[in-house]
Amino acid sequence: MRGLWRLTAMDLLLYFREPIATFFTLAFPPLLVVLFGTIYGNDPTPMFGGRGSMDVSLPAYTALILGTVAFLGIPINISSNRETGVLRRYRAAGVPEHVYVLADVITNLVMTVLGMILLIVVGRLLYNVRIEGSPLIVLVGVLFCALSMFSIGYLIASVAPNARVAQVVGMVVFYPMMFLSGAAIPIEVMPESVRRISEFLPLTYAVRLLKGLWFGVPWSDLLLETAVLGGTMVICALLATRFFRWE
Amino acid sequence: MSDVIEVEDLRKAYGDVVAVDGVSFEVRRGEIFGMVGPNGAGKTTTIECIEGLRRPDAGSVRLLGLDPARDQRQVADRVGIQLQDSALPPRMRAGEALRLFGSFHTRVADPAGLLERMGLADKRGALFSKLSGGQKQRLFIALALVNQPEVVFFDELTTGLDPQARRSMWDLVTQIRDSGCTVVLTTHFMEEAERLCDRVLIMDHGRIVALDAPDALIRSLGAERRLVLTFPPGKTPPSLGHLPTVRRVEQAGDRLVVYGGGERFVGGVVSALEDAGVDLIDLRTEESTLEEVFLALTGREMRE
Repeated sequence: MRGLWRLTAMDLLLYFREPIATFFTLAFPPLLVVLFGTIYGNDPTPMFGGRGSMDVSLPAYTALILGTVAFLGIPINISSNRETGVLRRYRAAGVPEHVYVLADVITNLVMTVLGMILLIVVGRLLYNVRIEGSPLIVLVGVLFCALSMFSIGYLIASVAPNARVAQVVGMVVFYPMMFLSGAAIPIEVMPESVRRISEFLPLTYAVRLLKGLWFGVPWSDLLLETAVLGGTMVICALLATRFFRWE
Repeated sequence: MSDVIEVEDLRKAYGDVVAVDGVSFEVRRGEIFGMVGPNGAGKTTTIECIEGLRRPDAGSVRLLGLDPARDQRQVADRVGIQLQDSALPPRMRAGEALRLFGSFHTRVADPAGLLERMGLADKRGALFSKLSGGQKQRLFIALALVNQPEVVFFDELTTGLDPQARRSMWDLVTQIRDSGCTVVLTTHFMEEAERLCDRVLIMDHGRIVALDAPDALIRSLGAERRLVLTFPPGKTPPSLGHLPTVRRVEQAGDRLVVYGGGERFVGGVVSALEDAGVDLIDLRTEESTLEEVFLALTGREMRE
C-alpha cells in the first residue's frame, strides 16, 4: 500500500485541475437546483406525497453526480491514461494494480461526496430542503450506490480499446439512464411505460435507494434495491478486474 | 556476483510473430550495456522481459538474482525504468511527479537534487504537458533514478531528440554509470552505441548477431583502417604499397587513401613518408564504424 495516500492526494489535485470534470461533479448539480427550482419552485405537491419538487429532486441529483463520475469520468480517465502510457509509467514504478485502482476509487468517492455536500448546502439555503432520514445512513447509502455505479465505469474502462470508445460507451450507457431512471427528471411524472423500462436500469435502483434513505425509509425496506446494486457491484468489479489491462 | 542480469535462451512471440528467438547474455555490474539493431529487432521486447513488464514464453531471466516476472515489487524497488512510450498526466507538475514516484519506494533520492542534475531545476513547477520532448525525457530519467537504483533501463532514450540534446543525454548516461549504477539501454543509433556503451549487443530478427565491446567488434571486421593523406598540389606521392601493414592504396587527386591494419600501420606509413621527405598538408585516420559491423554481419544496411 506504499504510496497509496500520496497517489490519492495527487489524483484529487489532478481532478481539481480538470475544469470540465470539476464543473460537472461539483457545480452542475447545484445549478440544476437553481434552474429547476426557479421553474418549479418547492411548494408541497400531492404527486410527491406532499413534498416539494426540490425535496424529491435533491436525492435524485445525488444519483446524477455519481452517474456522471461513474459513466463519464472513470472510463475516460482510465482509458486515456492507458492510451497515453500513464498506466505503463505507474506499472514500471512497481505500483500494483489494486493500489492504482484504489486511489482512483477513493478520489472519485471523495469528489462524489463533495458534490453531494454542495448540493445539500445549496438546496438548504435556497429551498430549505432537509434530509428526513439519518444523514449518516444517507452517506453510507451514497457510498454504496457510488461503488455499485463505479464498478460499471471500471468495467467499461477495462474493456474499451481506447479513450474514444470508452467515452462513447459511457455516454450510451449514461444518457438514457439519466433521463429514464428518475435521476434528472422525477420518476413520478413519467408514464407507466417509461417506469417499466426504468426497472432495467441500474441507476434507477440507486435513485430509489437514495430517495428512500433520504426520506427516512428504513434500509430493511429497500432490499430489492440493495440486492440489485450489490449484485451489479460484485459482477462488474469481478469482470473489470478480470479484463484490466495496463496497456 | 558480478553479473546483474542473466538471460538464458529467452523467447517471446506475439501470435505468429517471433519477437525474440532464443537470446542469451549477461550484463556486468557497473557497465553501460547497449542493445542495438533496427526497429523490430526485438530489443524492446527483450528489455521489457528483463524488467518484468512482459512474461517470456520460454527461457529464464534473472535480474539482481530475482525473477522479474514474479518478484515485481522487489525488482521495482531496486531498478529504474524509462519506457519507450509512456507519459504522465498532462496536468501533473515535474516536482510533484518526483515526490509521487519517490513515495512508491523505500530508498528515495532528493527530488530537488535530481532535478538539478537533470537540468530541470527551473522546471519544478512546470506542467508535464508544457515540457519539451527533451525535458520530458530528462524527467523520465529522474523518475527512473528516484529510488537510487542499482540498475537502470533506458529504452530508446534519444529517439526524437535533436543532436545537441542527444549529446547531452550521453553525458548524463555516462555520469549515471560513473555514480555506480549499471545502465542497460536500447538504441537504433549505431553511433550512440559506439560512443556510449562499454559493451554492445547487436540484434536482428530476434537473435543476437554479435556481443562485445564496440572497439572489439570493429576490430573483428578484419581490422581494416583507412589513412587519408593530402599532399601539396603537384607533388608526386611516394609509393607506399610495399609496406607490410598496407593492403592497398587508392589515389584521388591530391589525396591518397591507404588501407591497412595492424599495430604498426599508422607509424609505418608516417615514417615511410619521413624517409621520402614528403610534405603533407593533412593526415587523418578513419575508423570503421558499428554501422559497417552491422552491414558486414547481416549483409544489410541499418535502416532508421
